[in-house]
Amino acid sequence: MNELQHISRREFLKRTGQASGGLVLALTFTAGCGRAGPGPASQGAASVAPNVYVNVRNDGIVEIICHRSEMGQGIRTCLPQIIADEMDADWDRIELIQALGDAKYGDQNTDGSTSIRNQFDLLRNAGATARQMLIAAAAAEWGVPAEECSAREHAVHHEGSGKSAGFGDLVDAAAELEAPTEAPFKSREDYRYIGKSMDTIDGFAFTTGQAIYGIDTVLPDMLYASIARCPASGGTVVSVDDAEARAVSGVIDVIKLPDPTSPLLFNVLGGVAVLASNTWAAQKGREALQIEWDRGANGAHESAAYRKTLVKSVTSQGKPVLTRGDAAAAFKAANSVHEAVYYAPYLSQAPMEPPAAIARITEDGGCEAWACTQNPQAAQDTVAATLGIDKEKVKVHVTLLGGGFGRKSKPDFIAEAAWLAKQTGRPVKVTWTREDDIRHGYFHSVSAQYLKAGLDADGNTTGFLHRSCFPSIMSTFDPSATGPGGFELDLGLLDNPYDIANMQIETAEAKAHLRIGWLRSVCNVFHAFALAGFVDELAHAAGQDPRDHLLKLLGKPRQVNPADDGGKYTNYGHPLEKHPIDTGRIAAVVEKVTDMAGWGRALPDGHGLGIAVHRSFLSIVGSVAEVSVDKTGKLLVHDIWTAIDAGTVINPDRVTSQMEGAAIFGMSIALHGEITAKDGAVVQGNFDTYPVVRMSEAPEAIHVHIMESTAPPGGVGEPGVPPVAPAIVNAYFAATGKRVRELPLRNAGLT
Amino acid sequence: MAIELTINGQAVSLDVDPDMPLLWAIRDLAGLTGTKFGCGKALCGACNVHLDGQLMRSCAIPVSAAAGRKVTTIEGLAADGDHPVQVAWRELNVAQCGYCQSGQIMSAVALLERNPKPSDDDIDAAMSGNICRCGTYTRIRQAIHKVAEGQS
Repeated sequence: MNELQHISRREFLKRTGQASGGLVLALTFTAGCGRAGPGPASQGAASVAPNVYVNVRNDGIVEIICHRSEMGQGIRTCLPQIIADEMDADWDRIELIQALGDAKYGDQNTDGSTSIRNQFDLLRNAGATARQMLIAAAAAEWGVPAEECSAREHAVHHEGSGKSAGFGDLVDAAAELEAPTEAPFKSREDYRYIGKSMDTIDGFAFTTGQAIYGIDTVLPDMLYASIARCPASGGTVVSVDDAEARAVSGVIDVIKLPDPTSPLLFNVLGGVAVLASNTWAAQKGREALQIEWDRGANGAHESAAYRKTLVKSVTSQGKPVLTRGDAAAAFKAANSVHEAVYYAPYLSQAPMEPPAAIARITEDGGCEAWACTQNPQAAQDTVAATLGIDKEKVKVHVTLLGGGFGRKSKPDFIAEAAWLAKQTGRPVKVTWTREDDIRHGYFHSVSAQYLKAGLDADGNTTGFLHRSCFPSIMSTFDPSATGPGGFELDLGLLDNPYDIANMQIETAEAKAHLRIGWLRSVCNVFHAFALAGFVDELAHAAGQDPRDHLLKLLGKPRQVNPADDGGKYTNYGHPLEKHPIDTGRIAAVVEKVTDMAGWGRALPDGHGLGIAVHRSFLSIVGSVAEVSVDKTGKLLVHDIWTAIDAGTVINPDRVTSQMEGAAIFGMSIALHGEITAKDGAVVQGNFDTYPVVRMSEAPEAIHVHIMESTAPPGGVGEPGVPPVAPAIVNAYFAATGKRVRELPLRNAGLT
Repeated sequence: MAIELTINGQAVSLDVDPDMPLLWAIRDLAGLTGTKFGCGKALCGACNVHLDGQLMRSCAIPVSAAAGRKVTTIEGLAADGDHPVQVAWRELNVAQCGYCQSGQIMSAVALLERNPKPSDDDIDAAMSGNICRCGTYTRIRQAIHKVAEGQS
């Protein structure tokens, strides 16, 4: 045996002289989560925690606890920016600690672009109350009124006496005090970090191989697992022949997982696990399994036939969810009527790190897991339910996520590791292969959209119908769900901002045959694709410039409330007074982004510009694409311009990077993304059959502008995605005169 | 069987199935997790390492092919993580989730070693084997130009 098998990674780094430290070491699981501040030897308190997000150590270091998951959106940089700013802590004297999953932190579900938009005030309060507590401690020490003291640069000062004390020196005194629950926030002009492009806090780890993801965690004596799952969603194992698998060198055990039951939820999906002494042996053993499957109720699912079902459903009578005026009468009275069916396929999130988790059973019968999870509290719940133990006995450590895009909101892979750890009595790491990820995920819904518009003689849209049809995410939780509903209607359907007198919005039924889940911007993807594509069609039908037409259709600046027309709209959980659907702000984004792109300029032969704008997750994003088609039929996206109104912005560079990334993610959706099913099974398996945009296809430049705003913050991670595909489709029409109403574009003969 | 090779300057002997992809030998046996698994089929570049100075997809070559040879992983690129490519990556805040960046950096270093002044087309050709789902491509191009211009 080689000695390397018995030494830890960190020890290896040390021996080979490559160890290097810094803030990022707090990420490793040994040092990462919830530890008390060590501090130098002292008689008093080592640290004081004014709230669950802040711990001030007597060595002067302020520990900031990040309770949200980092998956590339930059929350591990932006969250401490807010807390440190409100606290007046110095950036180089903070240490970031990744939180365990724990209800004491409130909502930790890092999806829906919620970290800042829902928790800006909570995070400011965490910093402000910490500051207030340290001020109170200093005032008590000095015998002066707290009102005469202020915090500045990691210290409290009393101007009258000239006294000052560093935060670390106030730990003992603060430990005697009750922590305040509320404190006034700093005013905007006093911000030191909020609104600044601070460097990514994990930059060193990211560039040196030291960043630890779910797939990287190692425990002593652990087994590596690879799981064969039924090709069709919800199917079961009939029989297993594991003789060849067990003969593979390194394979230690083969275990059948419990069959899935409806609803699938986030539970273990069944199948057969091969456990081995390394990942390769587990994968090789798994390939040697002979399994007979019962594909179950979804075994006949086939995409071409299902598409016909969706189109038939969406072109039949729908269920009204919003009614303004009388669209049917407007169509009758119209000078011309236009209708279209848009279609977009299933998608897989395909984060670069496939789902991976490690779990062990603790001595008290609990479970401890390390995972790349967007939702550690859901992981606690699911693991507890899987093992039949209390949630309080499940400890979930959140590693870095190698991308998430919604996939890692679902902790099924963590439940697999926990269940196998329980069966084997040893720590188990489950690593999904890329094929597992693409074939057995929670898919972005396939959808058909029907749109109809009546135009008067001047090209004004007088009547409008949008009918949406797709299998609902709710089907994963409630198999009786038969179509769009609930929050899904919020996502680019009910919040139609256009100033049209007669508007009807409807849904149409669709039954689910795969596990359906979230993907970056969710239903906004196909709603924006259809709506922005169709609005562009109307511009051309009316003989108007698409930009001018779009601005006209938005109408005069006003605030739209879908409830006025009977829409049950929840505005991403926020009151419309705080986050209005403001057509003036939408128009401003359209004007800005088209100006950036030089809308109306003379273009090279064969080039076209397309515009799309979409409000989602309380932010507005407009995108312009410039495209051309070369002689081989290849669509080239030369440039993308993006303007975002996200209200108050914490870190402009991270917002910019999210818009750049969303442009590429949206391009992958537009050009390549398609999951299909045959005999209930997903056909695609890896990046050859499920291609994504590579650098050779990336635009020459992605130009991003952030609108100046003092409005409350909106979401950033997702809103950049929806307008990209329709901007490209509209640009393609401008370049070629060909209208595409289905994704991906490679199915329209483009490569 | 024992396979002897050098990883980041250290001679190691791995008791391993010779068919095991170098990737898993590096990750599971040598315990160096900076080299990433992304596809297992030589499609994404997350596993890129240097083998005797040549860029190699470690998921697609057996560990036996590295016998007697020198493997460099992201951890061994520079003693203090200060290779100009790593520095440029940090200066431009290239990484989002960071997962693919080990492979991206290994590809960029290999490119710059054979072509110190690459054009955009050169960069696209050399880097298109590396997938980034976060979409950091335009910043990667900028970072490579920055190194080529001696600015980091």
